[in-house]
Amino acid sequence: MVSRSKTGSRAAAKKPAAKRKPTAKRRAAGKADSSSPAIIPFTHEEDLAAYRNMLMIRRFEEKAGQMYGMGLIGGFCHLYIGQEAVVTGMQMVAKEGDQIITGYRDHGHMLAAGLDPKGVMAELTGREGGLSKGKGGSMHMFSKEKHFYGGHGIVGAQVALGTGLALANSYRDNDNVSYVYFGDGASNQGQVYESFNMAELWRLPVVYVIENNQYAMGTSIDRASAQTDLSKRGASFNIPGEQIDGMDIRAVRDAGVRAADWCRAGKGPYILEMMTYRYRGHSMSDPAKYRAKEEVSKMREEHDAIEQVRARLLEGKKVSEADLKEIDKELRAIVSEAAAFAKASPEPDPSELWTDIIAPLSSEEGASA
Amino acid sequence: MSIEILMPALSPTMEEGTLAKWLVKEGDKISSGDILAEIETDKATMELESIDDGIMGKILIADGTENVPINKVLATILEDGESANASAPATTSPPAVTKTADVSVISTSAPNEPVALETDVPEGTPMRQMTVREALRDAMAEEMRINPDVFIMGEEVAEYEGAYKVTQGLLNEFGSRRVIDTPITEHGFAGLGAGAAMAGLRPVIEFMTFNFAMQAIDHIINSAAKTRYMSGGQMSCPVVFRGPNGPASRVGAQHSQDYSSWYAHIPGLKVVAPYSAADAKGLLKSAIRDPNPVIFLENEILYGKIFDVPEMDDWTVPIGVSKRLVEGSDVTLVSFSHGITYCLEAMEILSAQGISAELIDLRSLRPLDLGPVLESVKKTNRLVTVEETWPVAGIGAEIAAQVSEKAFDYLDAPVMRVTQKDVPMPYAANLEKLALPSAADVVEAVKAVCYR
Repeated sequence: MVSRSKTGSRAAAKKPAAKRKPTAKRRAAGKADSSSPAIIPFTHEEDLAAYRNMLMIRRFEEKAGQMYGMGLIGGFCHLYIGQEAVVTGMQMVAKEGDQIITGYRDHGHMLAAGLDPKGVMAELTGREGGLSKGKGGSMHMFSKEKHFYGGHGIVGAQVALGTGLALANSYRDNDNVSYVYFGDGASNQGQVYESFNMAELWRLPVVYVIENNQYAMGTSIDRASAQTDLSKRGASFNIPGEQIDGMDIRAVRDAGVRAADWCRAGKGPYILEMMTYRYRGHSMSDPAKYRAKEEVSKMREEHDAIEQVRARLLEGKKVSEADLKEIDKELRAIVSEAAAFAKASPEPDPSELWTDIIAPLSSEEGASA
Repeated sequence: MSIEILMPALSPTMEEGTLAKWLVKEGDKISSGDILAEIETDKATMELESIDDGIMGKILIADGTENVPINKVLATILEDGESANASAPATTSPPAVTKTADVSVISTSAPNEPVALETDVPEGTPMRQMTVREALRDAMAEEMRINPDVFIMGEEVAEYEGAYKVTQGLLNEFGSRRVIDTPITEHGFAGLGAGAAMAGLRPVIEFMTFNFAMQAIDHIINSAAKTRYMSGGQMSCPVVFRGPNGPASRVGAQHSQDYSSWYAHIPGLKVVAPYSAADAKGLLKSAIRDPNPVIFLENEILYGKIFDVPEMDDWTVPIGVSKRLVEGSDVTLVSFSHGITYCLEAMEILSAQGISAELIDLRSLRPLDLGPVLESVKKTNRLVTVEETWPVAGIGAEIAAQVSEKAFDYLDAPVMRVTQKDVPMPYAANLEKLALPSAADVVEAVKAVCYR
């Protein structure tokens, strides 16, 4: 469902840095190219795909929030609303076989990876039709087929695991890249730096995508981080890093191409700090009293990722307001269908309690004494 | 007065070593700091340095002598004016410079088993004597030859050849792509290993000791053990975490912990803790082939112990099958890993007192195969568990619970547990001895359940 562009097509021309919003300062650390190339504009088709894919995530998450409110989704439910451009832009860079791994705010990543919204929603409701048969929940979904490695509830764990995915790529010498998503909160975990060290030491093909949404749960970044420029966090390992406007999907895609190219050229890991923002609370139970309502509305009004694309599309005059409404209608239908499926799918059979704990030995794995 | 040069202890668990080579000869002038000889332990070759000045006197242990016990007099250093002839210590055999003469006074036999052990090896299978350490290495090498996805990663596994020399020779055969030295970063490399396993590789992750795996236990449990369940069976994590577990000798509280029950507690893991070299080899091969995360608990003291290992093309032992080691009639002893040593020692004493004990080696702790234990308890009506874990929520506690559920009517006495005492491991030699389980503890527990 996400359009994919081959890497390596990025024009090499480097122009002086374009003027950016305060949250979108572009910086370079380590070995990164310090000149900032101008953003390569999206074609009409790319904008249209970006619009559709980001709006899909937003509509899905809105519905998930609604279903949570109705008591259909239990436990934790972390919505991705506001951050859609990050994973959608990065997925435009991914090629077949590239892996994705992320933390618990994972619904958007799964949709962007091409997973069926029905399976995702039914997992949220804990039903048989869920991607993990209802046994994983909001934070734990996986897909071998789509190279989606979860869905991890321990903050920062995905960084070491995702570096291990990159180790597997390097071991197999297969030209694939692992995209490891984590937040500004996770970036203070020790294992992140253990992973950075090994990734650079062994030149592993991993792009660390730090989704800096400014708040680690309720703690703002300047209350939690001595160095708030997270793109510099790889500096002592010589890992290049860039700070990117994560609300502009074109900037995300561009940076993603640079990072993936770097990895595929055998140069090791790359850090992209995506400056982004979540509009909702940390989870459904978070009233988000730690930030001003004005801060949120300002971000929504001035920097919304979907609105930016929408404005460009309308400006290009190849689509009308009505056309975009039609897309929205389609997406709402998909999401409603997913919600209906998630409600109708039965709860897992009680026998499922005892399955999938231990993999059976296959015949060739059978041991004999 | 001449100064005696004694065989030094060069590691916490070393009991004897090989005098590889003298670097000085009789009559040489020696200054403090001079390297006198090279000593081989089971882990490394070390230099023996003089801390005295003088003239090299009689060399009492020749080049190449094996199994020289700690504190054996190797040679003397004479002070000025002393005669070499007067220096030979009266208590040792006449000084000899030939190898054969010296070997005769030193035991070269492998450690004796007090009791003949039962075996599950087909009769007539040729056997080869080897240490547990070599058996583990062979298991990894064999699996690496068969499956290119198997690789080993950990601290000092490659160029140093293993902190305990378990990976000796692997770098040489398989190269640095498949034998990977990591930085000191347990949390990180355990996570990398689990991630690589999720991607379909078969990593064998060595912890220098399981004491350090506490830094990594989040990945072992949250990432490796739970993935299959959380993914509804879609994704497995076929990784082996291995290394020495439990007390070694005189290394204090932070390096002497037995984690058996920690890992045995976790659904989604398999946990193995072998005693013999044959089981170590066969179980490690099975662990590497297993599609699940396997915790492979080794024991530092057992590394150097010699056992018969079947010479077969593909010797494997299934995970989750316990085994009767010795048949008996009066009491059932259940143990695993180094705990077996205490049992065998105790059984010699008990046998002299007319008590016949049956010994079961669990070999695997998860899944726990209590079949042979229940069968045995139904015969002996008495059960003693032996382990180096702490008592609270230990393996013995679990066995006692299950036996009371499944064979309560057969018990003629309460189940007794012999464990490490419920204290952090002390450093002082006498206290450490008290803290560890012992053959005497086993004898006492057996007598208690036998009402003797």
